[in-house]
Amino acid sequence: MQRNEVVTDRPVSGAPAVRMEHITKTFGSVIANDDVTLDIYRGEILSLLGENGSGKTTLMNMLSGIYFPDAGSVSVDGRPVSIKSPKDAFDLHIGMIHQHFKLVDILTAAENIVLGLNESYMLNLKRVHSEVVNICKKYGFELDPDKKVYDMSVSEKQTLEIIKVLYRGADILILDEPTAVLTPQETEKLFGVMRNMKADGKSIVIITHKLHEVMSISDRVAVLRKGRYVGDIATSQTDPQQLTDMMVGHAVKLNIERPEPKDLRECLKVENLSVVDIDGIRKLDKVSFTAYGGEILGVAGVAGSGQKELLEVIAGLQPAQRGSRVIYTDRNGKVSSLIGKSPLEIKKLGVHLAFVPEDRLGMGLVGNLDIADNMLIRTYTEGSGMFVNMKRPRKLAQDIVKEFEVVTPGITTPVRKLSGGNVQKVLVGREISGDPSLMMSAYAVRGLDINTSYTIYRLMNEQKARGTAVIYVGEDLDVLLELCDRIMVLCGGRLSGIVDGRTATKEQVGLMMTHIGETGKEADE
Amino acid sequence: MVLSQIISLITTAISFGTVIMYGSLGEILTEKSGHLNLGVPGIMYMGGIGGLIGAFLYETHTASPIPFVGLAIALASTLLCSLVGGLIYSFLTVSLRANQNVTGLTLTIFGSGLANFFGGSLSKLAGGVGQISVASTSSAFRWTQHISDRIVASLSAKAAAGGGFMKFLASAADTVDRVFLNYGFMVWLALAIAVVLSIFLTKTSRGLNLRAVGENPATADAAGINVKSYKYLSTCIGAMISGLGGLYYVMDYIKGTWANDGNIEAVGWLAVALVIFATWKPLRSIWGAYLFGALYWLYNFIPGLTRSSQEIFKMLPYIVTIIVLISVSLRHKREDQPPTSLGLSYFREDR
Repeated sequence: MQRNEVVTDRPVSGAPAVRMEHITKTFGSVIANDDVTLDIYRGEILSLLGENGSGKTTLMNMLSGIYFPDAGSVSVDGRPVSIKSPKDAFDLHIGMIHQHFKLVDILTAAENIVLGLNESYMLNLKRVHSEVVNICKKYGFELDPDKKVYDMSVSEKQTLEIIKVLYRGADILILDEPTAVLTPQETEKLFGVMRNMKADGKSIVIITHKLHEVMSISDRVAVLRKGRYVGDIATSQTDPQQLTDMMVGHAVKLNIERPEPKDLRECLKVENLSVVDIDGIRKLDKVSFTAYGGEILGVAGVAGSGQKELLEVIAGLQPAQRGSRVIYTDRNGKVSSLIGKSPLEIKKLGVHLAFVPEDRLGMGLVGNLDIADNMLIRTYTEGSGMFVNMKRPRKLAQDIVKEFEVVTPGITTPVRKLSGGNVQKVLVGREISGDPSLMMSAYAVRGLDINTSYTIYRLMNEQKARGTAVIYVGEDLDVLLELCDRIMVLCGGRLSGIVDGRTATKEQVGLMMTHIGETGKEADE
Repeated sequence: MVLSQIISLITTAISFGTVIMYGSLGEILTEKSGHLNLGVPGIMYMGGIGGLIGAFLYETHTASPIPFVGLAIALASTLLCSLVGGLIYSFLTVSLRANQNVTGLTLTIFGSGLANFFGGSLSKLAGGVGQISVASTSSAFRWTQHISDRIVASLSAKAAAGGGFMKFLASAADTVDRVFLNYGFMVWLALAIAVVLSIFLTKTSRGLNLRAVGENPATADAAGINVKSYKYLSTCIGAMISGLGGLYYVMDYIKGTWANDGNIEAVGWLAVALVIFATWKPLRSIWGAYLFGALYWLYNFIPGLTRSSQEIFKMLPYIVTIIVLISVSLRHKREDQPPTSLGLSYFREDR
């Protein structure tokens, strides 16, 4: 099964600018990078490709001084170095452009650029200004050095981040998913600039999981999977299919139960769902699907493909664009529209909705409240007069602790003191207790140990057997392929297609996640 | 109001406003690092009593105290005491990341308790309430006033001999002296600090770094700025500036004695309000402080007020601050907003 594991075919010769050897990094019990060896050459654009959680960003963070490796060595231009802080990285001319911009809103572009440099006691913004104009001319950027960051578009902020790094003299640039926030036109512009920088002899690493971008911009691709280095290959000698295979690997048998669905009934019909976020970025684009009671519908996609928005619109937490429709049919055949309703209104409609959000302690539970009080959040509107009924939530908390074997000193322990798995059990327990007809979960097993994960799968299957429509957003394709009856695949906010969980292959889903292909055409209209 | 009353109001406003100005300048510097120090009244108390103790001990243990030595001792002990206050606050809020509001309020209670306790002890040593006197040190605090007084005196001596024009000149000089020059050197020092602080914050690299720390410490950290040391330094230096307000109050404003009347605390809260009024800009806090001083004492110049209606007038500075706060919020100008991370503690590994 280890077929095709390591591909070694270097298009660039000569000594590498950066060499990372046998790098290992762990966070607690999670191994983020496991014995990774990577070379970066001058004058090339290297794509670092991998699924979510494959350790791409962690690996590059060790090059930019955010993290320090547990084991392994880094050398720059053949000299062994130790990069302990972002400043060390700057001194070695390594600069990273993070996914989340590190800019001070209230300051101008020029002020952000010289921040922390202490070039002279008195600020000389005129000199910075002309220097920035020079950099812009040289590589083809467009940026007004006197513009305040709060007036900038996402693409301008990114340009500013790149110029900031160049101003500090970086000649090894790392871009962490730079295109995630850009429009196609802005992406083209960025790629043009990247090519100019490459011609200038700079090394560029682009972290991405978008295959078409890999194919169009990079000279070489290095692939990581689950923290391990899979191999590298010249872009000219590969194709998206081979890269997908390298990226997702081969199916692993997990032996998750999957009972045959029975008594399917239409529960939730979503039509033409579009969502534009506060920054004007289109998160979902005309997504249509139907979820049936009695089945588990998986949602696959790289992080940020619109999964969060999808669930939040259904739960009444996000507004959708005009023309979007979300129709709910209850067990008795009563039909109601959920669009534009608040969570409370949805509840009053008689929709029994269970929602296990991605951000457990942010959206799901209140960390400082105890287990019983967290139960109350779902039922505080019940009870008469101004007093809440504490008996029921307390009873429920006790039941959940007993039934799901939550490890806690008692039901009066603040939830934030519980471990991740126990927090999730409390959350799922509360949501299931409402006798849901529609259950949505996002990354329900993230950070959980194997046993708890299987408990969660079992609970999902129980809901399915009860005739609940279960929507399961996941990141592990192996789990999705074994747990779900159908899998809908999102790619950049668009529906790539819906496949049968019993017959689909990992390669097929992986390819659909990274670009809208033929498989998605019919479902994408 | 007659001219003499206007002159009197202006001088009251300037001398009382200076106390507020010190407090607010220190607090502006502190808040620029993202730390809301509600301990300003306490720190002003600590600075005031520290200076007084230093001067008192010097004067009572020296046969013929030299005024300027007393001044130096008072200054040094004030700076030391307020630095201690700043260190307590910054250790708790920067290193231990304690809640800033709770820490600040506690520091205010601590500082006022400490100062009034030692104020009482000093009174006892001096032989009774109101008996504390550090006259020679206190007179040193008003040396600028003595110089201008002497110039005016010599001018009017000449005028007495001269003609009508000289007489007019002398009386004009006298008015100017009484309105604008009738102050100790700390009034001028406060202005200098405001200007220096303003230049530091807007024109220097380190000022830019400090603003970044208060706006977005994670970004500042990533840019290689030592966030902790910026926070410590600005909080401690800020506390020392605020403490000078206490010293000025004790040595100049009430002329070298102690009163357990809670006035310093009132001024401390005015200083916190003034930071908001000045929208975190040192130069605005100059005229803001004088305005607050004038508004605070306005009731003295309005005839026919009862005790209770006086108190209503004392509220004016706070009402003005509320109005400024509302108008700033309504206009929504980003430059007038408080530092974005004000009141939040920063921990690199929080993500």
